[in-house]
Amino acid sequence: MAKVLMKGNEAMALAAIKGGCDAFFGYPITPQNEIPEYLSYHMEQNGRVFVQAESEVAAINMVYGAAGSGARVLTSSSSPGIALKQEGISYMAGSELPAVIINVMRGGPGLGGIQPSQGDYNQITRGGGNGDYKLLTFAPETLQETVNVVKASFALADYYRNPVMIAVDGLIGQMMEPVDLDQPIEEKPMKEKTWAATGEAEKRGHRNKIVSLHLDPYELEKHNLRLKAKYDEMKATEQRYELINMENNPEIVFVAYGSMARIARSAIEALKQEGIEVGMIRPIVIAPFPEKAFDDLPGSVKTLLTLEMALGQMLQDVQIVNQGRYILDFYGRAGGVVPETEEIVEKVKAVLKEAGHAN
Amino acid sequence: MQTKTVYKPTEGLTERDLTYCPGCTHGIIHKLVGEVLVEKGLIGEAIGVASVGCSVMSYEFFNCDMQQAAHGRAPAVATGIKRVKPEHTVFTYQGDGDLASIGLAEIVHAAHRGENITVIFVNNAIYGMTGGQMAPTTLIGQKTSTSPVGRKKKGAGEPMRMSELMATIPGATYLERVSVHDPKHIRKAKKAIEKAFDVQTNEQGFSMIEFISTCPVNWGIQPNDSLNWAVENMIPYFPLGVYKDATKDGNDEK
Repeated sequence: MAKVLMKGNEAMALAAIKGGCDAFFGYPITPQNEIPEYLSYHMEQNGRVFVQAESEVAAINMVYGAAGSGARVLTSSSSPGIALKQEGISYMAGSELPAVIINVMRGGPGLGGIQPSQGDYNQITRGGGNGDYKLLTFAPETLQETVNVVKASFALADYYRNPVMIAVDGLIGQMMEPVDLDQPIEEKPMKEKTWAATGEAEKRGHRNKIVSLHLDPYELEKHNLRLKAKYDEMKATEQRYELINMENNPEIVFVAYGSMARIARSAIEALKQEGIEVGMIRPIVIAPFPEKAFDDLPGSVKTLLTLEMALGQMLQDVQIVNQGRYILDFYGRAGGVVPETEEIVEKVKAVLKEAGHAN
Repeated sequence: MQTKTVYKPTEGLTERDLTYCPGCTHGIIHKLVGEVLVEKGLIGEAIGVASVGCSVMSYEFFNCDMQQAAHGRAPAVATGIKRVKPEHTVFTYQGDGDLASIGLAEIVHAAHRGENITVIFVNNAIYGMTGGQMAPTTLIGQKTSTSPVGRKKKGAGEPMRMSELMATIPGATYLERVSVHDPKHIRKAKKAIEKAFDVQTNEQGFSMIEFISTCPVNWGIQPNDSLNWAVENMIPYFPLGVYKDATKDGNDEK
């Protein structure tokens, strides 16, 4: 299919249908409303399930129910709504159910605002709900990357029997960009869902139970360790990132994802015009954090400058990974303020000046 | 000598020992639901949703596929299941803390949407699993661990009558409150369960059977006296009967 001009939220909704989504359960919240709006018509047109739930809490529990029956299920929301969904997300992680959750992030805390933000990084990567669990989380940069990730995420969720989150900021949800919905993507192989509670106990010859309760602590610990083995497999195989402009031996390297990475690209171009080469590590998956990206940087690199539409949340992961290898610096805007390219350029110059490179 | 089987456990329940306290009527209600599912040929294709509370372990007892829901969310979980498995029988099994307190939004909206599911609602006027705290259904003057001098209207309000509340919902098709304190009422309760599952099989929409139940341990009353206490105190406030039957004329929404 040729490229079409689509709004981010609608493109994600269509990508979900193309990714084999059987059912959507959601609740209105800005800035993601075009996702349920689009699906309310198109899911039914495609013979699939759409329910507008009474709350985010109910929506995620409908997702839990449908996923337990073996369906490919999607919900979408934005930051405060994602906070409400944490109960069901934790239950799905505990019961090992696959589902896809789109988070179109806005400013917080509390009701916050409705402008783009990356302030949910900690909520997403540190669990969010109760217990020892992790989500596989994508943080794509362009609409094309976003739709490819949405399409692939259903098979990934099935493969790991774990919820997958697509974390984009409101900019990606709201902007329009040409996108090819039929670009070939790499998909995990299908496995039969022999574990699902499909209502076929008689046919199957035994009952299936979807449960996250383990009252015996030794049994629960075994379960926790089994989950950890799964997260370890994700860490080994799902670290996805892009390295940018490393061939020009930069002294400063940005660490940025999502819309922030797009702005950082513009800054890299602007600085290049002035003879300053800056590189970038762009995490595509933010959980598990792409540690490998930090291992093969050119010898020229002295400073890692983390950029966020938040006040230093991913920075903590960079600190953990860095292990004292590089000087760390940070620039971020919060509350829904989107940084200008010039702010990033000025920050780079300030860092260089401090390092003794008078410019 | 020939022996004749006059009674045997229902195949609608597994062989696991029930985790309920002596004298509690959960066991009777489990048996009735299991019997109905077997007699109607539904047990092999049904999907049950366990809730949080004393019946949290019911996924170990009903002899069909089961999913265990978060506290109060069973009707939402059942909605998710039924929407992707419309040809299967889907039921929830919930207590009064679960359904009438934390899960009030989920039960009301599931009924409002006319979800074609069956809800087994067990009302014993107290939180049993957590050790006897006040529930929305606790009677005025009833002593619990969080109303040690008895529930007061001022501050705690009057007990919630769920069947009556649900009867105001256009999407609900069949609502009945029953009791299991004696054989006559047990037989009647079984008929109500049969009716509720028939409503679902006939794709007529949402059905809920409320059971007046007992909690001897947390009420601090002997089992036999508990049955009498339920009859003397609960039934007058929670009258038995059919609160809504839209199976003949169709429910208001259709």
